[in-house]
Amino acid sequence: MRSKAASIPYLIWMVLFTVIPLGLVVFFAFTDTSGNFTIANISQVGQYMPVLMRSIWLSLIATVICLVVAYPLAYIMSRRKSYQQRTLLMLVMLPMWMNFLLRTYAWMTLLERNGVINRLLGLIGLGPFEMINTQGAVVLGMVYNYLPFMIIPLYTIMTKIDNSVIEAAQDLGANTGNVFARVIIPLSVPGITTGITMVFVPAVSTFIISRMLGGGSNLLIGDLIDMQFLGAAYNPNLGSAISLVLMVVILICMSVTNQFDSSEGREEMMV
Amino acid sequence: MRKERWYSKLYVWVVMLFLYAPIFVLIAYSFNANKSRGKWTGFTLNWYNELFHNELIIQSLINTLIVALFASVIATVLGTAAALGINGMKKRSRALVMNLTYMPIINPEIVTGVSLMLLFVSARAILGEFELGFVTLLLAHISFCTPYVILNVLPKLRQMDRFTYEAALDLGCSPRMAFFKVVIPEIMPGITAGFLMALTYSVDDFIISYFNSGSSFQTLPITIYSMTRKRLSPEINALSTIIFAVILLILLLVNINGSRKERAATKRRVEG
Amino acid sequence: MENQVLISLKNIVVTYDDEQVLNGMNLDIRDKEFVTLLGPSGCGKTTTLRIIGGFVEPTSGEIFFDGKKINDLPPHKRPVNTVFQRYALFPHLNVFDNVAFGLKIQKLPEKEIRTRVLDMLSLVNLKGYEKRRINQLSGGQQQRVAIARALVNHPKVLLLDEPLGALDLKLRKEMQLELKRIQQSLEITFIYVTHDQEEALTMSDRIVVLKDGDIQQIGTPVDIYNEPANAFVADFIGESNIVDGIMKQDCLVQFAGQDFVCVDKGFDPMEQVDVVIRPEDFKIVPAEQGKLTGVVQSVLFKGVHYEMVVEGSGYEWLVHSTLCEEPGAYVGLDLIPDDIHIMRKMEVE
Repeated sequence: MRSKAASIPYLIWMVLFTVIPLGLVVFFAFTDTSGNFTIANISQVGQYMPVLMRSIWLSLIATVICLVVAYPLAYIMSRRKSYQQRTLLMLVMLPMWMNFLLRTYAWMTLLERNGVINRLLGLIGLGPFEMINTQGAVVLGMVYNYLPFMIIPLYTIMTKIDNSVIEAAQDLGANTGNVFARVIIPLSVPGITTGITMVFVPAVSTFIISRMLGGGSNLLIGDLIDMQFLGAAYNPNLGSAISLVLMVVILICMSVTNQFDSSEGREEMMV
Repeated sequence: MRKERWYSKLYVWVVMLFLYAPIFVLIAYSFNANKSRGKWTGFTLNWYNELFHNELIIQSLINTLIVALFASVIATVLGTAAALGINGMKKRSRALVMNLTYMPIINPEIVTGVSLMLLFVSARAILGEFELGFVTLLLAHISFCTPYVILNVLPKLRQMDRFTYEAALDLGCSPRMAFFKVVIPEIMPGITAGFLMALTYSVDDFIISYFNSGSSFQTLPITIYSMTRKRLSPEINALSTIIFAVILLILLLVNINGSRKERAATKRRVEG
Repeated sequence: MENQVLISLKNIVVTYDDEQVLNGMNLDIRDKEFVTLLGPSGCGKTTTLRIIGGFVEPTSGEIFFDGKKINDLPPHKRPVNTVFQRYALFPHLNVFDNVAFGLKIQKLPEKEIRTRVLDMLSLVNLKGYEKRRINQLSGGQQQRVAIARALVNHPKVLLLDEPLGALDLKLRKEMQLELKRIQQSLEITFIYVTHDQEEALTMSDRIVVLKDGDIQQIGTPVDIYNEPANAFVADFIGESNIVDGIMKQDCLVQFAGQDFVCVDKGFDPMEQVDVVIRPEDFKIVPAEQGKLTGVVQSVLFKGVHYEMVVEGSGYEWLVHSTLCEEPGAYVGLDLIPDDIHIMRKMEVE
């Protein structure tokens, strides 16, 4: 019961398969092909700055859209009767359980030049529009794939806001706007930060969505990494350097987000 | 509470439409006789038939299930033992271990995938030549599944009344028996949740598998990926429909079961 | 009722992180008696219980059961069972299986288990609750299950760690009587831990008063109430007026500026002492007849009696009386020698 020994196999595992691999990323990032120390890889990342910036920019847009779309929905859900809440939650989660490749593939079908949307628009004499292989399509793919990751933490935190707190605010003279600005939003900050993290991190590092919906011209940082490891440009040292930069970017973004959230228990919400 | 406004209802419907429209389009196309996505030329079950005769898909489905089962069982045992140990640790060492445990969850999947690939590639230099395949994939899956088990079991251990363990000793259990008769049953919901989470993450994983499976051993997501690269493959639609139906069924069963239990519990409480 | 000694603690010392919790405790507990360990929180009463249960190993000292040393016996091999503070029932088992737990561990035949569990459930008035889940029970019912689960194993000794602490007052009173009834009908030793002095007085054959890891007094409820060994016991058990006094000679004490005849002897001449007077021992008399006088400051109706604070010549006296005086009234207080308890000053306070 009190034996710490039980965790020893895991601790060994953790060192082998978490600590050492991450150490290898750092090692490869700072060495050349023959294993000598160099910062050439890191400085080479500089030339991919536009790609890095595009990744951050597109995923920021996607994160904001997710937040704006998810917030009202989560609030409406949290005020429903409990069986309705359960059903809605299930409906939100159901697409999440389908592989994201299939979900992204579905959007390919919709956005294509002779896809469903263009066809429908054609019926009323519009289009066809060039929708696939644009940055907009990439952002749409991100929003579609990661929206549930925003809804669920927001919903979870909002179910914890007691109706009586809202009623108390109303009783003290707050109108709907005031209630949101002064009670609901401050109380839901932990959900907001969790949601932002859960959308931004996978969005900024994706390489499939951009490839499937963005065509060849909208490469993201994930595509770059992929190309260094499994693509024609095979160069694990450069790939590691880009990965390292990506991790640092995410670390910075997360610590910025965390500035707004001093509460505890964030980890529970990530699960 | 006041009645919900019409625009709230409308909003829920619009978001749901956004979430489900693409999936329903896929489902509709899975019954379309025309191979190209453009036109509807009549109803067919042809794609389903082809799907079931597609050796590659069937094989990768089997592969996926084998890896997921092994990975989630091993991760559950490893993670539960780890949680027991971590629960008994001093504050500082616990914080260190937990931070490292969060790494695979917080890190972008692509970084986890790439870092494991680097490990396996580097291991070749020491262990001699070997191909990436079943073993490396399994090791990778166990690595990213175990943290989910730990995160599910640990709160249950913390909630557990430490005196129930002592009560079992008091009633004649040896420490071993007390562990299996009292501790394990009490944290069982956490273990089950962790196992199911590990299973679903493993079945669903593409990115980490993509970097660590090599060319010889394909899981379903990897096969799906290669299918999406060939622009026209209507079997994907059929496959999506089946997967959607299976998930829907599972979720419905779980939910009905859950709400039935809940209702029975409230009823008993009211009567009692 | 002088039964043989069943449990014997000899010089038990317990230290947690350099802090001494028990300072060499010596205590004998006899067969079939109801002993209460009483004291404020942090006095070491729960630790003492856990030593007997086997959950705490004493830093030094010996513990005997029936004459045999059991220091190294693990909890599951000790012939004692415990009713835990918050019951520690197994949430994954129903009432029947909770109670049957210990018997199943002993691998008794199914039939015997059934009869014994059902008998025990009827003893604690829970007949018909076998199939209930633990979370469907009220606090009082959970309490009964915890008692049944421990007693069904026929322990030689039942250890109870503040078992009624979580119950409301009315239920607590009921359970006190019921515990006493169960203890008498089963004729086993109960060792009971509480910080509630009233509970201790109601149920116990003997009370052990503890403070800061030291035994202050061991005695029957009547002894402890009427003859507290020191001011701490007097203050902790019931309400008391405790004032400084000087022992002028045997059977003569001076306090509050007056000399009083008392019954205590054996003090040094002019020794500084504590004088303890129970509030109900004061008699209210007309001012000119009382040795002590004062003005009634406040009156509270307490049901059976009135509780009054009388202030005079720099002292505040707590007085219980069935007579009611108006606040502001000038009254006298009288005492008989038997009601004046003299105590040696405690060393360091």
